[in-house]
Amino acid sequence: MSLFKKKEKSEESYYLASQWTLIRKKLMAHKLAVTSMIVLGILYTTALFANFLAPYGLEDFSSDYKNATPTAIHWMKEGAFVGPHVYKMSYTMNKETFKREWEEDTSVMYPLKFFVKRKPYRLFGIIPSDVHLFGTEAIGDEEPPRILLFGGDNLGNDLFSRVLIGSQISLTIPFVGTLISFVLGVFLGGISGYFGGMVDNVIQRVIEVLSALPTIPLWMALSAAIPPDIPVAQMYLMITMIISLISWTGLARVVRGQFYALKNEDYIVAARIAGVSNMKIILKHMVPGFMSYLIVNLTLGIPNMIIGETSMSFLGLGMRSPATSWGVLLKETQDINSVAQYPWRLIPLIAVIVTVLAFNFLGDGMRDAADPYK
Amino acid sequence: MLKYTIKRIFLFIPTVLIISFVIFFIIQLPEGDFVSSYVARMQAEGEVFTAQDVADLRTQYGIDQPWLVQYFNWMEKIITKGDFGYSFAYARPVWSVIMDRLVLTIIVSLTILIFTYLVSIPIGLYSALHQYSVGDYFFTALGFLGMATPNFLLAIILMYVSFKWTGDPLLGLFSTEMLQEGVHLYNFGEFLQRMIIPTIVIGTAGTAGIIRTVRGQMLDEQTKQYTLTARAKGLPEYVIVYKYCLRAVLNPVASGLAKALSNIFSGSTISAIVMNLSIQGPVLYAALKSQDMYLAGTILLVQAVLVVIGTLLSDLALAWLDPRIRFDRKG
Repeated sequence: MSLFKKKEKSEESYYLASQWTLIRKKLMAHKLAVTSMIVLGILYTTALFANFLAPYGLEDFSSDYKNATPTAIHWMKEGAFVGPHVYKMSYTMNKETFKREWEEDTSVMYPLKFFVKRKPYRLFGIIPSDVHLFGTEAIGDEEPPRILLFGGDNLGNDLFSRVLIGSQISLTIPFVGTLISFVLGVFLGGISGYFGGMVDNVIQRVIEVLSALPTIPLWMALSAAIPPDIPVAQMYLMITMIISLISWTGLARVVRGQFYALKNEDYIVAARIAGVSNMKIILKHMVPGFMSYLIVNLTLGIPNMIIGETSMSFLGLGMRSPATSWGVLLKETQDINSVAQYPWRLIPLIAVIVTVLAFNFLGDGMRDAADPYK
Repeated sequence: MLKYTIKRIFLFIPTVLIISFVIFFIIQLPEGDFVSSYVARMQAEGEVFTAQDVADLRTQYGIDQPWLVQYFNWMEKIITKGDFGYSFAYARPVWSVIMDRLVLTIIVSLTILIFTYLVSIPIGLYSALHQYSVGDYFFTALGFLGMATPNFLLAIILMYVSFKWTGDPLLGLFSTEMLQEGVHLYNFGEFLQRMIIPTIVIGTAGTAGIIRTVRGQMLDEQTKQYTLTARAKGLPEYVIVYKYCLRAVLNPVASGLAKALSNIFSGSTISAIVMNLSIQGPVLYAALKSQDMYLAGTILLVQAVLVVIGTLLSDLALAWLDPRIRFDRKG
């Protein structure tokens, strides 16, 4: 009896639940999507606290560590456990290959410390601080050895720190860009689909022309318009604008298609006959009808923007030094010889792939969940 | 069908004209022109130019006029004489520069296109018909990875792997020996070997995309009324799948034809630059960079025309594949 009641109750809650509750439930049942959400959560949290988590800031580099191999972290000394520590690295130039050969000096042990003070920075861009999550501390007067988890780049920057700090740009450009193209796409696609006729024709031709143009010349033309020495924040905004100006067309098409499909539905006609204003019909009656599809579309659009930003920076058309993004870091891999010598330079690529995969899986899960009545 | 085709062909001309105009506008958008970048390069090498020299160069190339005039002159010559202008950087007519690389570009692109379709459609069908099998999971994962890795970075990884294994990153389509002696039967094998990485790199993203579409579409078709009816009637499974479902499945694949056709001409620019392939893409990039405007403009124009033709062809292919579209347009 109680079992029957329980079942009835769960069925009742199913019928009473709103569309969004059902979507959420279905999404939570999609394991890959939930995992991706967790991964993305971690990535965005590390991006938020990047300055604190990264052992070194962007200006904190030393030419002694040019192209250094990733620092090895040791736990044992002479067979006994002593906790994580690193050794000073020194290099000798190989006269034949002109490659630096790195060697550890195991005489002095530098233990890894938490909450180490180094150069000051501003957390979230506001709170001044000089504490970094981990690092090494000096013994005596000597400068402590640097700990480069992902190795060093050709200036002696810590690649690990740059990947973390670069994620602030690489992870947010797609978000802001998506927001801009969302507004453009919904607005233009909406009027195109809702009003039809002349307006529709003009907007459709614009979309057609824009999407017939390959992206590279558009990038080149638009990024050539960015002055060379503007502040990072402004450059960031402009690159975002460029990416979203190119990518709103796809969304506008989807929105238009949805408007077309919905505008002759009985309930919309009824609303129109009842004298509801156009704006209210669009916002209250139509948009909720395909909101879930829009969100899916947006989620699946983000990975393309990440790859877009990476490609732009890779070609030198996007973010430029001193700003750091994953694309800027990957620019150093353009030359196969440098990759062959310093394979750790490919590490930022892992960050790109993980993020893009996570967004794709999340979008896939959302697509399944978008129509919860199925 | 015929009326529809004719109407589409008439719409074709204004679209191409507008696109050509936009292309020209975009190309001249960056500051400076070919002469200023040329002079800057020459001055870096120690040449001396007076203001008069620079002005003379501009007059010689015809870029002292406003860009609208340049555009109309360019269009006029194309329409009346079939002359696409002069490439400043190559000091030759644009068309001959394009022709240089056309054959190789078409060979490379067609190989990749055929590879993409040959690999992706069977895999997509297999994945759908064996949903949740090990093979399905494997290919789905591979497809996702292929989509997540930017092409040009895949190129770097593969070149790195090849370098580690064989000591040769397989850069470019020709070995130095082939460049000197040309491609013959005896070194054709090596040419094919050099095609492997470009094919995988440029083909992967497309392959991954088509696998996903085919798989999703086939799964959708499996639960539709007509499939159930056919199955209830006792039709053999292969007839259901290959005679009925496949038509519907190929529908979105055919819509992708437009993009594929334009890619044959100058797709995958970044990957081609990274892999040092002597195809059209890198020429376009270099032309845009040095503001060799007629060359860049012509490549883009041809590409845009191909997109429009591709759209037309894919619409016709759709109408042929799916009778509902045909009848819709009649009504």
